[in-house]
Amino acid sequence: MNQPSQHPHSVVQEFHPRAREALANPQIRANFRKAMDGLMTKRQTAFEGWELEALRDLGANIRQRALSKLPDLLEQLEANLTANGVQVHWANDGDEACQIIRDICVAREAKKVIKGKSMVSEEMELNHYLEAQGIEALESDLGEYIVQLAEETPSHIIMPAIHKNTTEISDLLHDKTGTERSHDVNYLTASARQQLREKFMQADVGVSGVNFAVAETGTLCLVENEGNGRMTTTAPACHIAVTGIEKVLEKLDDVPPLLALLTRSATGQHITTYFNMISRPRQPGEQDGPEAVHLVLVDNGRSSIYQDNELLETLRCIRCGACMNHCPVYTRVGGHTYGTTYPGPIGSILMPHLLGLDETQHMPTASSLCGACGEVCPVKIPIPDLLVRLRRESVDGDKLRVSEVRGHGVKRRRVESLAWLGWQWMHSRPQLYRLGTAVSARLRALVPQKLGAWTRYRSAPRLAPQTLHQMMQKRTPTAANTSQQPHREATR
Amino acid sequence: MTRETLRILYFYSGIAVDSTSTVLQTPEQVKIIMTDAIRVYPPKPRKVYFYGTCLIDLFYPDAGLAGVQLLEREGIEVVFPQNQTCCGQPAYTSGYHDEARAVAASQLGLFPDDWPIVVPSGSCGGMMRKHYPDLFRGTPQADSANAVAGRVWELTDFLLNVCHIKLDDLGEPTTVALHTSCSARREMGVADVGPRLLDQLKNVTRVEQARPEECCGFGGTFAVRHPEISGAMVTDKVESMITAGAPEFVTTDCGCLMNIAGCAEKAERPLTGQHILSFLWQRVSTPAPGNDDGAQS
Amino acid sequence: MSAREQILQRLRERRDGPVPEVPASLTTSMVRDWSAAEKLDRFQQLMESVHGEVHRTSATDWIDTLADVLEKRGARNLLIPRLHDIGAQILASDHPGLPELLHYDAPIEDWRPTLFNDVDAAVTSTRGAIAETGTLIVWPTADEPRLMSLVPPVHIAILEADQIFSTFQEAIALQNWASRMPTNALLVSGPSKTADIEQTLAYGVHGPKELIVIVVGAD
Ligand code: SF4
Repeated sequence: MNQPSQHPHSVVQEFHPRAREALANPQIRANFRKAMDGLMTKRQTAFEGWELEALRDLGANIRQRALSKLPDLLEQLEANLTANGVQVHWANDGDEACQIIRDICVAREAKKVIKGKSMVSEEMELNHYLEAQGIEALESDLGEYIVQLAEETPSHIIMPAIHKNTTEISDLLHDKTGTERSHDVNYLTASARQQLREKFMQADVGVSGVNFAVAETGTLCLVENEGNGRMTTTAPACHIAVTGIEKVLEKLDDVPPLLALLTRSATGQHITTYFNMISRPRQPGEQDGPEAVHLVLVDNGRSSIYQDNELLETLRCIRCGACMNHCPVYTRVGGHTYGTTYPGPIGSILMPHLLGLDETQHMPTASSLCGACGEVCPVKIPIPDLLVRLRRESVDGDKLRVSEVRGHGVKRRRVESLAWLGWQWMHSRPQLYRLGTAVSARLRALVPQKLGAWTRYRSAPRLAPQTLHQMMQKRTPTAANTSQQPHREATR
Repeated sequence: MTRETLRILYFYSGIAVDSTSTVLQTPEQVKIIMTDAIRVYPPKPRKVYFYGTCLIDLFYPDAGLAGVQLLEREGIEVVFPQNQTCCGQPAYTSGYHDEARAVAASQLGLFPDDWPIVVPSGSCGGMMRKHYPDLFRGTPQADSANAVAGRVWELTDFLLNVCHIKLDDLGEPTTVALHTSCSARREMGVADVGPRLLDQLKNVTRVEQARPEECCGFGGTFAVRHPEISGAMVTDKVESMITAGAPEFVTTDCGCLMNIAGCAEKAERPLTGQHILSFLWQRVSTPAPGNDDGAQS
Repeated sequence: MSAREQILQRLRERRDGPVPEVPASLTTSMVRDWSAAEKLDRFQQLMESVHGEVHRTSATDWIDTLADVLEKRGARNLLIPRLHDIGAQILASDHPGLPELLHYDAPIEDWRPTLFNDVDAAVTSTRGAIAETGTLIVWPTADEPRLMSLVPPVHIAILEADQIFSTFQEAIALQNWASRMPTNALLVSGPSKTADIEQTLAYGVHGPKELIVIVVGAD
């Protein structure tokens, strides 16, 4: 498997080897292609009959409005949650968030943590942290459970085990849990249910993510199909929700349009099986539910993204994964190749802020800027523009604009800068350009037929015997741009 | 004729028939999320500026010439400013915005009159229309950049929706696949134009390859920075067209043309390609033999 | 300074100044002109499309349907609410076809293994449904606790036919959710499922394997 290693520098260096490995692995390519094709079709079907563009505008508006009031809404959320009996914690970064969760566990003498799906906890590497503290952290989302058993990381933010096929999963469950090998997905699922039910009964603490946090009512919303999220947030005596500070919404009324966009964009479902809205811990007289509910608000780089009007748009993301499903690069190399918690287009515009451009310099370039991501994003994040912005910051390429992402300028190389300067020199001097291009057209036989990376997969482009400039000049010898021949018909 | 920024604000609703809509002027503050502007097509002008793009200039001048001839066939006078070089896009997408701005600045003065600027490429068109305003924001050239941006048209879009071109097919029966470039499709929003033009040609059977909207893997410097990924993408594109039964393809952008046709040639696969403008011109004209050199890759 | 103060300060002292205001001009308003019959049809169609089972019954015969459904599955017992009217009706009916009736009237800590291992089915009320997505609105209460609709392998939900809303937004508005959210509010659309193994759907991964909706007053 092309698993990312832990050290970030090697993440950059390993991108190409891992991409090659993934491209050469027919199993991986087939798994992703099949899954992504299915997801794209399902999304399209799910939006049939909807005014999708209007809905996307609305989604973007709601998220942008929430961001425009972010500090106020966070305070409002905290106040309402606190009034509801939920304890709110703030963490500058992943380590602080891990410590908060550990402290809660330690105070409760909790030894067993069951987890619902949470990308923020992946970002914080919570599982490793807790295990190092002697606290067991078990994933309960089936996909996450599979990935955890395989000692891997998720390859997709919605479908963590999408890189594996049934045979691989069956073998894994057999090796790790003794489940009999089978191609019957129902059997495999039922056996996982059995194993995880035991764990739910024993768990002291449940840790979950949050899809939307509603400031108006102090409500945490979770979107899921399996029911493990409900289980995680209900069965143990303590529930800790962990989320990025950007997930807040202003009003309850903002939820339905975003929910409609999220599930349809992510998996092509009209709605997921469960939409779970939690506002309080167990109240007097209630027979179940956690007696303590905590919310950990994690910054981890988000407030720096927030500083800039353009980069801010990144924070509108509702983590639907549609940009990955539609990305031709992601589809071919899979999630692990990127080597980061969030892969694909969203990863490429988000991870540079979390880890610094120096540690993620491969990401903004790993795109043909085809725009498929931006076209499907339910909250209209201009992903290609943000990729260009990050490319610009990687080379400190604009003297008129600030570069502010950590590690900016990391890709600035003397040779490349000089090449672009030369390019500029030639292309901003029209006479020189015309002379140069005319000469190269004349000398086209001398142009090398091997152009390194290009000709590995394609023949070299051939220069035409004369340039369009020359052709046009011949047609209208007296400076074409002043000729006044109205309605010249060229039809022969 | 400048681009109108209109926004339709719908009330949220699931189904088209249920919605109420209002047309509003975009307030400056919400521009940030109002990414789609509705274009208002001008009446057919007497004259246009032709911006040939550097790839066409060097590698596919026949496509540029075909575009010029198609415009002239519509009775439009074509002005080709000899001082044009490059729109600046290669440097822009590579992050070298100072260099891109310098080159783009040298182009802003080429279009003094209020004629439309037509570009036989979605990608260069997209650069000029969509990115010039950002590139020059806060600079002394901002106004002229905005003015230029608002006058830029992708050429096939212009032929179809401004000239209302009618194509009488004089060619032999043939089958083609169309690859609309990602920038034509998504930046310029003209995905429906290529099919509509080709479908006017009575002897041309247009076949659709699998995943027609997927990128061919060109992406400018992407193709050389990430050769394996780009190579996998273009190989898939070539195969999808062959599987669809197309011996040749046409495309709206020379980057894609160079990429797809180059890949087919290198891999010795039975697929050739040309720019859609070259193809259209051949279909409606009766070119003297040998007049289309450089067309086939 | 606490992390809280640091974060809020960073958000308030933005380098680009305050975020440009975004007008809430795109206020959402739902326009759906479905008749009661259309809403029920749509609800049923969508619920069935995600593997839910829907039975239309009258105000008098729904308990027969309940007994039927349970018998078919060989349920040994049924968890019912004590206070809610549906519980009262079930008790009062003394229906011979019903299995042993259980109440969730002790804290989960007192009977966790029994609930997890030995309860075959539970019946709960609903606060209505949503036609647009084929969704039940379930608000657990002290009488119908949260795990009741989650842990037993079969969840039977009783839906009043005249409580079907067009959209989620309409339900929120008409039931005035924003004024006070319950401890836990749920939207339930079908039985628990997963597609995490090669995109193949499998039901009952963590929650109920079956969701059966008995629509009362649909005659
Ligand atoms: S960037 Fe947009 S498409 Fe991608 S995960 Fe976020 S919301 Fe979804």
